[in-house]
Amino acid sequence: MSGNEMLFVVFPYAAFALLVVVSIARWRLHQFTVSSMSSQLLESRRLFWGSIPFHWGLTLILVGHLAALIVPRSFELWNAVPLQLLLLEITGMALGLWALFGIVVLISRRIQVPRVRSVTTTMDAVVLGVILAQIVTGLLIAIGYRWGSFWGTAVFVPYVRSLLSFSPRPELVAALPVVLKLHVLSFFVFVAIFPFSRLVHIITLPLNYLTRPWQKVVRNAPEPYVYQPSADEFLTRR
Amino acid sequence: MRVRAQMSMLFHLDKCIGCHTCSVACKNLWTDRKGAEYMWWNNVETRPGTGYPTGWEDQEHYKGGWWRDDKGRVHLKIQNQPVGLARLFFNPNLPQLDDYYDPFTFRYQDLFDSPQGDQQPTAQPISMITGDEMEIESGPNWDDDLGGSGIYARNDPSLDGVDPDVRAQMEEIERVVFNYLPRICNHCLNPSCVAACPSGAIYKRAEDGVVLVHEDKCRAWRMCVSACPYKKVYYNWSTGKSEKCILCFPRMETGQAPACAHSCVGRIRYMGVLLYDADAIEEVVHAPDDELLQAQMDAILDPFDPKVIAEAKAAGIGDDWIDSAQNSPAWKFVKEWGLALPLHPEYRTAAMMFYIPPLSPVMSTIERNLVKLDLGTEEHDFELFHQLEKARLPLEYLANLFSVGDHEVIKKILRKMLAVRMYKRRQSVEGFVDGATMAALEAAGTHPDEVEAIYKMTTLPTMEERFVLPPYHREMAIEELNDPLAHKGAVGVGYIDPPRRGA
Repeated sequence: MSGNEMLFVVFPYAAFALLVVVSIARWRLHQFTVSSMSSQLLESRRLFWGSIPFHWGLTLILVGHLAALIVPRSFELWNAVPLQLLLLEITGMALGLWALFGIVVLISRRIQVPRVRSVTTTMDAVVLGVILAQIVTGLLIAIGYRWGSFWGTAVFVPYVRSLLSFSPRPELVAALPVVLKLHVLSFFVFVAIFPFSRLVHIITLPLNYLTRPWQKVVRNAPEPYVYQPSADEFLTRR
Repeated sequence: MRVRAQMSMLFHLDKCIGCHTCSVACKNLWTDRKGAEYMWWNNVETRPGTGYPTGWEDQEHYKGGWWRDDKGRVHLKIQNQPVGLARLFFNPNLPQLDDYYDPFTFRYQDLFDSPQGDQQPTAQPISMITGDEMEIESGPNWDDDLGGSGIYARNDPSLDGVDPDVRAQMEEIERVVFNYLPRICNHCLNPSCVAACPSGAIYKRAEDGVVLVHEDKCRAWRMCVSACPYKKVYYNWSTGKSEKCILCFPRMETGQAPACAHSCVGRIRYMGVLLYDADAIEEVVHAPDDELLQAQMDAILDPFDPKVIAEAKAAGIGDDWIDSAQNSPAWKFVKEWGLALPLHPEYRTAAMMFYIPPLSPVMSTIERNLVKLDLGTEEHDFELFHQLEKARLPLEYLANLFSVGDHEVIKKILRKMLAVRMYKRRQSVEGFVDGATMAALEAAGTHPDEVEAIYKMTTLPTMEERFVLPPYHREMAIEELNDPLAHKGAVGVGYIDPPRRGA
């Protein structure tokens, strides 16, 4: 097995397997440890400048990447108009820089604020390092290998789809420049550490808050169940 | 009508001596852990004052509780649902650690390691979070007994609406006055912490009304901390989980009063069941400000009413609980005698812990609108009785704390309490009760039988009368969930996952 296959076939599958198995195990056996581990109580002002750009920047960029993966044809059609391509590239670049600003603030906060430093674990440092690597390589690609949203659908999408369809074609990425490979690999590292770190809070996004009634009354016996007949749902939006 | 039971605590503020034994009992039992050092599920504040965390009543700042718009709709002050989700990454209304205080300890080893010198060695204070040396600049009761002073009292939001002249008088040294306010979680009927939790980790127990955080489901979105207007949900910075007063439910389930109440030196605390109508909560929450208090009082049901008893049984409340509700000191003080009020009902959470407002110090007399400090004779009781608006602790202030600004409610309570005092004083000191005192009793809307009952429950109650705890039958509930034979010889049921910090 070549090094390329190791890195771009075995490693991603192993990483995703870890993500699924360990996340489920952690959820079922040690759910107490699943938390976003907010440190806002200890320091708030710098968190504002770090957390908001970091989270929103990365979320929007992730949405862009997913869109390219799911509807590559629409992407290509959009990018066929040069002005639209330019617009997309500028937006992506801006979001990337915004996220970079955020993570730099977050890292400096972790180092400089004593209270925050005292609750920082090794895994926190690893997480920040991996995400920083992803943001930096992403920005370097955007600068050095211009119009990524244009060629990306032709280069990366077939590779990722080949992984997802369990017929991996690592040769598609074998000849790519190092920065591009690093960008992909750092994502697989992200996936691998996901279940072992605070990153698990991503899958706990509480979307059901949008629909649940305000109040929650639970009866302990005979068995714990959420007890909410219609009248318990007072203060539902009118 | 849908009857539910609530374990309710009652605080007789006239008896509180501000000794903090309750706080220490609670601290030793529940929050003597890493990440929880700064939490005081039970704290005692000096009033007027800013309390703990500093200025917790300033809801323009912290956005706790609910608010009612012009159309009579009620909204959570901190957020609606989409805004709540959008603010997961940063909560602009979260109190900071310094709003509580930086928890500290002392490096006692310094006492042994210091080099020989002219002075006694001292132990250096250090932060319990960073371990760094620090200057202690605040604490959970930093303004203890300074509440009446201009420095702390001036910042008390409950003084808003008190007449400027009265405020000026309160700051005069002869009129400086304070009382104590012990606080725990109010285990509300319409808890805003529950409503604010994006994860749905907080819930109210149907059987006894205790509001709990499901620690496994908490994801540290920390909206509950801001949303609770009483600031009684705390964020554990070490485990990344929110925590709050659990009303010592493991103690109550085994027939013991909560630790704060049990340890109370002044015996100011009472514990008992209140039956309430869950269908009425909606109405309470939406009531306009001037009807809010009455609506909440009306939601509490009479445990002697046959209709209520039938409905309670239909709702699965056992005879023993109904029996407890009938003997409940909470029922007596809150509804039967009408002496107790919830704290800040205007937050619209329908708080279910109740307070008997303090009779301000009566060791003063009023002469030409001035307060004299010399002890008077019994006649001065009457003077205060008829001029309660001139009491040292202004009625407006108590009204802002307990009755949405309606000082008639406070006046009625204080008159009744004063009537009890006058009656018993005449009876025990002079051996007879004169006509003027009987007239005062009537004016206060009470009668000798009730006075004797209030007197007995206030001054001479036994432990069993103060804490009327219903049997929980947890053993039966557990049996329905787990087969006891399968766990024979084991220590408890279930598994233990140590509350360690996740990565």
